[in-house]
Amino acid sequence: MIVRPRSILPGFGLAMGFTLLYLSLIVLIPLSCIFLKSATLTWSQFWNTVTAPRVLASYRLTFGASLISASINALFGLLVAWVLVRYRFPGRRLVDAVVDLPFALPTAVAGIALTAVYSAHGWIGQYLEPLGIKVAFTPFGVVVALTFIGLPFVVRTVQPVLEDVEAELEEAAASLGATWWQTVTRVILPTLWPALLTGFSLAFARAVGEYGSVIFIAGNRPMVSEITPLLIMTKLEQYDYAGATAIAVVMLVASFVLLLLINLLQYWSRKSYGLDDTAELLDG
Amino acid sequence: MADRVHNEPAAVRWALIATALLFVGLLLFVPLAAVFTEALSKGLSAYVSALTEPDALSAIRLTLLTAGIAVPLNLLFGLAAAWAIAKFEFTGKQILITLIDLPFAVSPVISGLIYVLLFGLQGWLGPWLAAHDIKLLFAVPGLVLATIFVTVPFVARELIPLMQEQGTEEEEAAMVLGASGFQTFRRVTLPNIKWGLLYGVILCNARAMGEFGAVSVVSGHIRGLTNTLPLHVEILYNEYDFAAAFAVASLLALLALLTLVLKSVVEWKALQQRESATRTAGEGPLP
Repeated sequence: MIVRPRSILPGFGLAMGFTLLYLSLIVLIPLSCIFLKSATLTWSQFWNTVTAPRVLASYRLTFGASLISASINALFGLLVAWVLVRYRFPGRRLVDAVVDLPFALPTAVAGIALTAVYSAHGWIGQYLEPLGIKVAFTPFGVVVALTFIGLPFVVRTVQPVLEDVEAELEEAAASLGATWWQTVTRVILPTLWPALLTGFSLAFARAVGEYGSVIFIAGNRPMVSEITPLLIMTKLEQYDYAGATAIAVVMLVASFVLLLLINLLQYWSRKSYGLDDTAELLDG
Repeated sequence: MADRVHNEPAAVRWALIATALLFVGLLLFVPLAAVFTEALSKGLSAYVSALTEPDALSAIRLTLLTAGIAVPLNLLFGLAAAWAIAKFEFTGKQILITLIDLPFAVSPVISGLIYVLLFGLQGWLGPWLAAHDIKLLFAVPGLVLATIFVTVPFVARELIPLMQEQGTEEEEAAMVLGASGFQTFRRVTLPNIKWGLLYGVILCNARAMGEFGAVSVVSGHIRGLTNTLPLHVEILYNEYDFAAAFAVASLLALLALLTLVLKSVVEWKALQQRESATRTAGEGPLP
């Protein structure tokens, strides 16, 4: 790194030195172990591990359920953000605060609570059971847990952009004879697209790696409701470190691609709409 | 907001509000309420005894200890990283910011796995550690390390944009007036960033106390020794002791509610500080 020492402020060396040392010891060196360990496998060993039928089924579930739940969150997250920004109703501030609950509630607690609510005798599950809908201990349960985890990502990305939509723009559209629906779909929604897409990818990225809230409600049946992070856990418990690492490499690469995509999206949002608050939304 | 023209029919407006409330209610409020109802399902005395039995108490102690080490360290890291990134120009800054965010992109299970690969008996440092009788994995140091890993970015990513926005002029003025570096930091920088700092610490602490996946991998689940509160919840739940599991979970849910309240207060304070700063600067209200 080339420093341009023009600043009269002190402490660059110390702050930078500590930052790099800490980051290397805690994050970078341990993380690189994954790739080093997987290099001890031959290519065919690696390939056979990461394409075994049970592993492939877990990718399908993990990525499929993440995609569905991120889509549900994009739709309902937009609705929640819309209602919070645009309307005044009793309890609005409470709802606004509780949207962050999934960030604050430990995932294990979310997992057992959702299982209790959506199981056959649970508060909501008992009404779904007669309709033939089983949530807990099915792939559908995985979707519910991932939707819970992902909601704040969409709401908190869309909300600030929606707050900044210029009233003049809508008034102009209205005075030009646009109906409410036309104003929404032609004027407001287009400005929300980048934020909505960013929120969607943040929710998706978080869902792919999620473990705690899913394992309680999923039932964890191999080939049916077993997520990829759980498979890594299972391999570890069988002391199959190389196998666990191989699957971890696949997940890491997927995560890095997503991270890159999110960074590009945020760059695009910031450039087009001056959106600045999405960065903090990876929290949790 | 009152000046906005709502030209959608009132029926549409109320239908949208009702749908949003129903969704948030079913997804967020109902499970939260369920935690407390299930926790008290066997009565208050069962609730209290679930929280005061020795294994629960040692889980509480371990959770406090883990967060007590992880949060201050990540606070220190956040301050150092934000100072270097926000107050100085250097190439590779964007890469450094991305690297700091890395733990958020990694599945919690993988965050635990890396320490198993490093310190486990089959790992790189494992044989050396075993020869010197140092136990990191399946022991408290491993739990602390995994917790630090998953909470590294929280404080840093709150402070970096905040300090970048504030620039370096105030600090430079203080230095020119003869303040020492530490005085400048304490009297000028710290008051400007205190609410952002607190916000990051609150979120960092909530995650540190609630982390499950990463600590689950490195803990080895030794009851009374390496069980944090979330792991204790899992053990009780898997033993079908639901009331006790939810009793311990309710403690964590209370922590989450406290986090939400503190977060709202800090957000409000930070907004006030920003508004008063803009007023004294003689500019209009924030855009």
